[in-house]
Order: sequence, then C-alpha cells, then structure tokens
Amino acid sequence: MTTSAHPPPHAEGSYLDPGGRKGLLGWILSTDHKRIAILYLVCLTVLFFAGATIGVLMRLEQLTPGSTIMKAQTYNAMFTLHGVIMIFMFVIPGLPAVFGNFLLPILIGARDVSFPRLNLASWYFFVAGTILAVMSLFTGSGPPDTGWTFYAPFSIRTGTNVSLAVFAAFILGFSSILTGINFITTIHRLRAPGMTWLRMPLFPWALYATGWIQVLVTPIIAITLLLVILERFFGVGVFDPAKGGDPLLYQHLFWIYSHPAVYIMILPAMGAISEIIPTHAHRTIFGYKFIAASSIAIAAVGSLVWAHHMFTSGMSEAANTIFSLLTFLVAIPSAIKVFNWTATLYKGSIDLTPPMLYALTFIFLFSIGGLTGVMQGALALNVHLHDTYFIVGHFHYVMFGGTGFGFFAAMLHWFPKITGRMYSRKAAVASWFPLFVGFNLLYFTMLVLGMMGMPRRYFDHLPQYHTGHVVATVGSWFLAAGLLMLAGTFIIALFRGEKAPANPWGGVTLEWQIPSPPPVENFETIPTITRPPYEFNPVEAG
Amino acid sequence: MEAERGPVIEDRTFVGVWIVLLFLTLLLVVSGKLFHEALSVPALLTITPLKAGLVFYYFMHLKHEGPLLRTMVFVTLATLVVFIGLLFVDISYR
Amino acid sequence: MTGGVRGEVLAAGPASRASHRDPLGAKIGMWLFLFTEIVLFGGLFILYSAYRARYPHEFHEGGQHLNWIIGVANTVILLTSSLTVALSVTAVRKGRQRRAMALLALTVLLAAGFLVNKYFEWGAEIRAGLYPNGPELAGRAPGEQLFFGLYFSMTGLHGLHVLGGIGVLLAMIGLLWRGRIRSDDFVLLENAGLYWHLVDVIWIFLLPLFYLSA
Repeated sequence: MTTSAHPPPHAEGSYLDPGGRKGLLGWILSTDHKRIAILYLVCLTVLFFAGATIGVLMRLEQLTPGSTIMKAQTYNAMFTLHGVIMIFMFVIPGLPAVFGNFLLPILIGARDVSFPRLNLASWYFFVAGTILAVMSLFTGSGPPDTGWTFYAPFSIRTGTNVSLAVFAAFILGFSSILTGINFITTIHRLRAPGMTWLRMPLFPWALYATGWIQVLVTPIIAITLLLVILERFFGVGVFDPAKGGDPLLYQHLFWIYSHPAVYIMILPAMGAISEIIPTHAHRTIFGYKFIAASSIAIAAVGSLVWAHHMFTSGMSEAANTIFSLLTFLVAIPSAIKVFNWTATLYKGSIDLTPPMLYALTFIFLFSIGGLTGVMQGALALNVHLHDTYFIVGHFHYVMFGGTGFGFFAAMLHWFPKITGRMYSRKAAVASWFPLFVGFNLLYFTMLVLGMMGMPRRYFDHLPQYHTGHVVATVGSWFLAAGLLMLAGTFIIALFRGEKAPANPWGGVTLEWQIPSPPPVENFETIPTITRPPYEFNPVEAG
Repeated sequence: MEAERGPVIEDRTFVGVWIVLLFLTLLLVVSGKLFHEALSVPALLTITPLKAGLVFYYFMHLKHEGPLLRTMVFVTLATLVVFIGLLFVDISYR
Repeated sequence: MTGGVRGEVLAAGPASRASHRDPLGAKIGMWLFLFTEIVLFGGLFILYSAYRARYPHEFHEGGQHLNWIIGVANTVILLTSSLTVALSVTAVRKGRQRRAMALLALTVLLAAGFLVNKYFEWGAEIRAGLYPNGPELAGRAPGEQLFFGLYFSMTGLHGLHVLGGIGVLLAMIGLLWRGRIRSDDFVLLENAGLYWHLVDVIWIFLLPLFYLSA
C-alpha cells in the first residue's frame, strides 16, 4: 500500500500503483497481465501512428501523376513498410495483446494467466522483433521493396534488406505463439468455480479460437520466412525454378499462415463487439451459443481457404474451384455474428454511447468488407479484381473498418476500467465524424478505382484514375484528423479525465464488479459463477 | 497425488516399447533397401507412422491422458493432413 | 470440468507456491508448444511431399548418395535416448534422484553422439561438393539439387533442436541436483521429456524420407 502527502489520482492498491519495484523497472519486469497489456498498448499506439503516417505519405504521392514527393523505389519501400508495420506490429498483436491480456483473466474470474512469465516474454519478443524491423530500414541496401508478402523469386533476388526484415517477422511470430499458448491454457484451467464453457463470456470464446489459430499456423510462416533467409544465403533451391523449386509453393506456404492470420485479426474484435453490444443495449446477447460456435467455425473453415489469394497465379482449375467454394462457406459464420448482433439490439434499451456508436460502425464497415471479400471469392470477378485497388479497399474495410474500429470501440468501452478515468463523450463522438467520412472517402473510392482497373502497388497512375486518387487522398486527411482527435480524447482523459466508477455502463460481466482501475490480484475473493454471462435485470440497467 | 498425476509407468514397459521400435526400424531398413518400390513405399508409409504412434502413445503417455489432450493432438495432426491434402488438389492437377 | 481446479484453490486466499502449481496446465502448455514444433517441421514436410511427387526419380537418386548406415545408427541412438529419458521420469517418481540424473546424463551423451555423427556425415557430403551451390551438386538435375537443399534444411533444423534439447536436459540435471525436481513436483522433467520425444519422432520421419527413399 502506498502512502503519500497528496491523494493519488487512482485507487491505492490498484495495479497502477502497487508496492514493490518502482518506476520503469516496475513496468518492464512485471508479470502482471494488466501491466503487460499497457506495455503492449504503448508500443502498438506508437507503431500504429508510424504506419498511418506512412499511409498518409503514400496517399500524398498519389495526389499527382508522376513523382510527387518520392521516387518509385521509395514508394515500393513505403508500401512494404506500411504493410509490415500495420499487419505484424499492430493488427495481429492488436486486441489479444492489449484487451486479451488485460481482460481475459478478469472476465473468467482469475487472478492472472496460466504462464505470467511467458506473457512478459511474449512482450520482449515483440519488442525485439520491432527493433529488428526498424534496423532493416537503415542497414544493408535499404528497406525491403517486395511488399509485405515477400513473394519469391523477387524476395530472393532483390538486393534490399529482406533477410533482416523477414527475420524480424519471424521473431514477432514467437510473440503471437506464446500469447496463443497462454490464452488457450488459461481458458482451460483458470475459469472461476462454476464457470462452465457455456457460462463464459464471448470475448474469451473469441480469444480461445484465436489462440488455436496462433498456435497451429504461425509456425508455417516461421518456416517460410526461415526458408527465404536460407535461400538468400545458401541457395537451397526450394523456391528457385533453376534448381527445381516452385515459386507457387512459396505462395501456398505464405498464405496457409497469412489467411488464417486475418482471422487472428478479426475474431478478437468480433469478441469485443459481442461484449459491447449487449452491455450498451442492456439486453442479453441473441444466440450466445451460435456466436460462440461461429468463432470456432471461422477458425476452422478460415484455415481452408488460403489459396483464394492465388486464383490468378497458375494453380490447377480444380484448386481454384475448391478454394472458391470454401471461401463462400467461410462467410456464413461471420454473417451469423452480424445477424445475432443486430438481433440483440431489437427491444434493447439502447444507449448510444461512444462504444456503441463505434461498435455499430464496426458492423457496417465490416459488412462492406466481408461482402467485397465474397465478391473476390468468385473466380470470374477475381480475374479482373486481383491486384487492383479493389483488393486494397476490401482489406482496409475488414482490417481497419473491422479490427481497427473494433479496437477503438474496445478502447472506448474498457478505458474507464483500465485507467480509472472517463473520457469526454463529446470528444469521442466528435472524432467519429471525420473518422467515418474520411474512412469511406478513402476506401470506398479505392473499391471504385479497382473496378475501373487501377493496379495496386503502382507508384504512378494513368489519367483516368486521377480524380479517384485525389478524392481518396482528401479522405485520408479527414481520416488522419479523426485519428488524432480520438487519440487526443484518450490522452487528455489520462491526465484530466473524471474519476470513473467501477461500472460506468451498467454492465453485468465480471470486469464491472471490481474497482476501476482493478487491484493487482483482480478479485478480493474469486467469485463462484451460477448464471449465464449476459443476464440483465431491468432494475440494474442504465 | 499419484492418482492425479497418472500411474507410474514401470521400466519394463518402456524397454518393451523400445525393443519393438528397434525391430520396426530393422523392418523399415530391410524393406527400404531390399524391396522393390511397389512394396517398400507402402511399408515405409505404414511402419513410420506406427513407430511415431508408439512414441506418442507410450513414451509421451498419451495412453494415460484424458480426452482433452488426445483431441488436441488429433486436431493438430488433422490440420497438417488437411493442409497437405488441399495443397495436392493444386499440384496434382497442374 | 465446471471451472478450473486452480480456480477453487485460488479462491481460498493469496498466492503460495503450492497453490500456484498446476501440473496439468503446465502439461497442456507444453503440448501446445509441441504443436507449434510439429507444424514448423510440418511446413518442411509439406514441401518435401510436393517435390517428391514432382521429382520421384531425382529424389531416389539423391538418396543413394546419403550414408544410410549413419542414418540408421542415429535412429537407434535417438530411440535409445527416448528410452533413457522416459526411464528417468519413472525414476524421479519413485524417488530415485541419482538414477534419474544418471539416465539423463546418458541421454545427453547419446544426443551428443548423434551430433558427432551428423558432423562427420555432413562433412563427407560437403567435401564431396554435394551441398546447395556446391560444385558437384550444381552439375546435377534440378530435382536432385532440391533434394539436397531439403536434406540440409530439414536435418539442419532438426540438429538445432537436438542441440537445444541437450541444453534443456542439462538444465534438468541441474534442477534434479538442487531438488527442484522431485517425486512430488516433476512436471518440468516430464515436459522436457515430451520435447525430447518429439525430437525423436521428427527423426523417425526424416529417416525414411531421406535415407531409405526407394
């Protein structure tokens, strides 16, 4: 217990101010899941804005035909870096690393995860991988120019710093794997007495499915990246046609990981939405079992569709057909979630709080993203749309409109719990307008540009695409403004926000039954669970 | 405590499995080196998983583990099999 | 299970070493890690199977140049080392710490023997120019070059895991010496054993794939 002359801004005995090691060491040596979550949050915020800045610069380049602010080679490095940072260092760790780490033990009534030291190790791996990736920018022959997909044979032959960059991604993979191992074990072993699987909230269900994907497919990208390094240094030949290798096998191995990886990205965001909607509609979730089962189904079926990234690469017709069919199937469990969230709203006591606003936006943007994905799954359409801006628009709708806005919604929902402070609702809602307008101006325009034939990863564009590029770039400015406003809302709240109560939203899951911010050990006594997770007594609502 | 941690496996069980594994290895080498491809490839494809299975079942005591761990092992191996299977849908028909 | 066993234990009060122990959880975590190893090598097996289907003749040719006697010897070594590590777990459970340490030391010796064999084996192949970008290999058919590329990659990655395993086993000997691993708390040794057995299983598959490819 700390004592001081001035009252601390947060509760004494909370995880923010426990006894023991003080200062920076107290944070970077801590095995407390809540502190580790904050460590991840700080890193991810910095990296997100770095990646977003690169995106803004890319859009500036496309503002005029020809070179605007950079050379072609620089542009190649820019989109590679933008992808590597956003995917490996923001979206994949994303919600699991921040909200999973902070909330999973609390939501299941535990004091920490099963392997707290392994948890800290996963953050160390993350930092190491990030440092290596930054190093790849400044050493050797410059940053990689292959795109984040590192396709062979170009990635084998290009002189740029591919080896260091893929080694960084390899190290980052360990962070993901360790998180998955920890969460799976935690959910199996540390649920509170009485919390059967069917009494467990939906965010842990999502994290469970995500954990299995992390464990079962991340090692495939690990070996693929290792092989790229072996190819570059020793010429083993696995992707080199001159030695009998097949570049298409690189694509297969790459996408066997990278497609399920997008479900690592989206499932936790969907899990957060499944917590936010019932809480702010003060109504139990519709179809709890179906939402839980759909998380598992997405993980399973999503691991079978990878070659839909390769329809035009030269696969057999049989493979094209089968993967197209499987791709249509994987949309079904996602749709089930969307229907169930919407049904949850019906006859609910809806509070249009910032979390609810952003959660509803998630549903809208993710639906556009998902539907455009199904379009791409159709072989005839794919021939025209592959490697165009349509694809770029699609994945930004799901990864940014989906996971990104899901991250924002989760932050708005759980910020009071994590920090013990409340942000300005007006500021949060005000941020929404430039975010929403900018996002759609930027990415819907890309869908149109793609259908018109604008190729992706092109430094320059033909005159017929010029108007679209200008509109998109203006959209990126609105988007950037909205991001800064939202970040500012949170940062100001950290220093000047009002003290938040334990339960600002009237929620019924376990995190709202403990103080804001939580004490180190989460619960004074571990609760015994006897009811399903989303039971709202009308008297308690609001 | 012992009941919670599973039975203590006697040495002779492990030694017995080891002897079977050595014998299977002998079979493997003989069929690989002496038989014609038509016979040796099926032999390799049966004996090898059998050896691996013995190690999983006895040395890694899956025999005494509950359905949870066994299901997890099955899911992992099945995932690998499915990956290879779907991959061959491409490369077999090119 | 209606809720974690640990959940009920922790409900009692603040942490103590005994109440934090969850051997089943530790075992689950270890198996999950082993799954990542299975998939890691699985990726290489996927490549092997794809290329073997494409270049059956060249893979057969390449296999003729490998030293199957060392391959089989190494198999016997690893199978025996699996035995010794399994026996060491039984020894610990029966309270026979020194016997367990001796068995682990034997395991380490066998593992080292495996690596020594590998050193000589690879040495011979490298001297013969049969390595990626090596002089002898460059003149051979593409499929055969691929065979050797996969051979060095897969046995190399496996060898690294043997090396890592030696480190782990030595650490286990140390923990046994300090009494940290005992008959009532041996999950660390059990888990180390699981790792070692997986290293053995991977070699069980590598043997026919490279040394006995008919």
